[in-house]
Amino acid sequence: MKHEIVEKNLGLMIVLIILTISGGFLAEVVPLFFSKDTNEPVAGLEPLSALELEGRDIYIREGCHVCHTQQIRPFRAETERYGHYSVAGEFVYERPFLWGSKRTGPDLARVGGRYSDAWQRQHLYDPRSVVPESNMPAFPWLFEDRVDHTDTEAKMKTLQTLGVPYTDEQIAEAAADVEGKFEIEALVAYLQQLGTVISEKR
Amino acid sequence: MSTFWSIWISVIVLGTIFGCWWLLMATRKGQTTDTETDRTTGHSFDGIEELDNPLPKWWFYLFIATCIFSLGYLALYPGLGNFQGLLGWSSTNQWEAEVQKADARYNELYARYGDTPVPELAENEDAMKMGQRLFANNCAVCHGSAGRGSLGFPNLTDDDWLYGGEPDNILTTLHQGRNGAMPAKGTMPNMTNEQVDQVVNFVLAYSGREKDAEAAKAGEAVFAQGCAACHGADGKGNQSLGAPNLTDDVWLYGSTYDWIRETVVNGRQNQMPAQGDRLSDDQIQILAAYVYSLSN
Repeated sequence: MKHEIVEKNLGLMIVLIILTISGGFLAEVVPLFFSKDTNEPVAGLEPLSALELEGRDIYIREGCHVCHTQQIRPFRAETERYGHYSVAGEFVYERPFLWGSKRTGPDLARVGGRYSDAWQRQHLYDPRSVVPESNMPAFPWLFEDRVDHTDTEAKMKTLQTLGVPYTDEQIAEAAADVEGKFEIEALVAYLQQLGTVISEKR
Repeated sequence: MSTFWSIWISVIVLGTIFGCWWLLMATRKGQTTDTETDRTTGHSFDGIEELDNPLPKWWFYLFIATCIFSLGYLALYPGLGNFQGLLGWSSTNQWEAEVQKADARYNELYARYGDTPVPELAENEDAMKMGQRLFANNCAVCHGSAGRGSLGFPNLTDDDWLYGGEPDNILTTLHQGRNGAMPAKGTMPNMTNEQVDQVVNFVLAYSGREKDAEAAKAGEAVFAQGCAACHGADGKGNQSLGAPNLTDDVWLYGSTYDWIRETVVNGRQNQMPAQGDRLSDDQIQILAAYVYSLSN
């Protein structure tokens, strides 16, 4: 094929460019849309409760995912510190997922149950009071502000549309479940369930 | 993965590689010589012409080499659908091998001490060095690197214990964790503000710090009704419930009037997370001995 033909036919060039750059996507990503591993939840996985869901949104709002990953890779150094490596089935209800890409702080994929609620609160109020060498910012306003309950129902409905198995009953009770709760309660509830669906006796 | 997707992936991956190969060869055609020539592509912009030189040889052969490398890689490692590669490598296999190797090395070290009774183990210098590392990695975040605790996190170096400091108590605490729960206003949910003030004074009076002797005296009845079920009629606590001794000078949440009032009015919830799923039995044995050694 002569270069000239490609260079002088814009339509043909667009088609060829799309073909060239889509190879990786077609081979590596598209099959996952249809794979059992990535579409079926692991045994025991429950959608987040209303309070945990609001906690997750606070986690996103405060940018926790910028410094904390939520994905344990299958290396001994990681599983020794954080627990069982993450599997795709744990994230089927995550929209969007919060795997993150940078660890300024430790991975949080299995932080649930690792520390007491009191520790989590203390640590979020003043990280250096429990971990002197920590460079995490403090989040004192979480202890003053209440969770915004007006959007909870809509959020859960949206997730239901996307395939998260919330019952209509759960959605109806959502706003009442979170109303009046402090943001810290929601965030700690979210943190305390992270990764708890897979635990492994070592 | 179904056969369809396996073939889909293989066709695209191999197609891409051979496509690159073809493109490389096809564009080379017509370039009759591999040295610099005066031939131009025929493009001319404002008198500037584009030379039609072939790729430098090293560059051309590097492309060829990457194509051959990728084929070799796909033969050895999983990359073509369901084909697992001749080496049988997978990330899970690699992880399991790493873990097995480490377990073989370290578990043997832990196992040496797994059956030794805690008090005896606490005397063993090597075991306590291991215990210190385990403590630093797993316990120090809450209890402090020296085990002295802080507000809400018990000091492990004194001889005051919420759930008992005998080896068996410590082992149970480590394996199963503990849930400390003091209900708001104890067992007397309708405690009035005046009664709260009285009972706080009564508790302060154990250590001779009451603000109001009258109130402290009146607090005795309130204590009997609202607190004694867990903390005991004499205020000495109950280790089977994790109810602290109120007559000593050890305070988990602060000892002033305001702190105690806060505790009475709102109750306290606290947990020691269970370590049984995180650490092996042998590791917990060593850790228990280390904690034991902090105060014995």
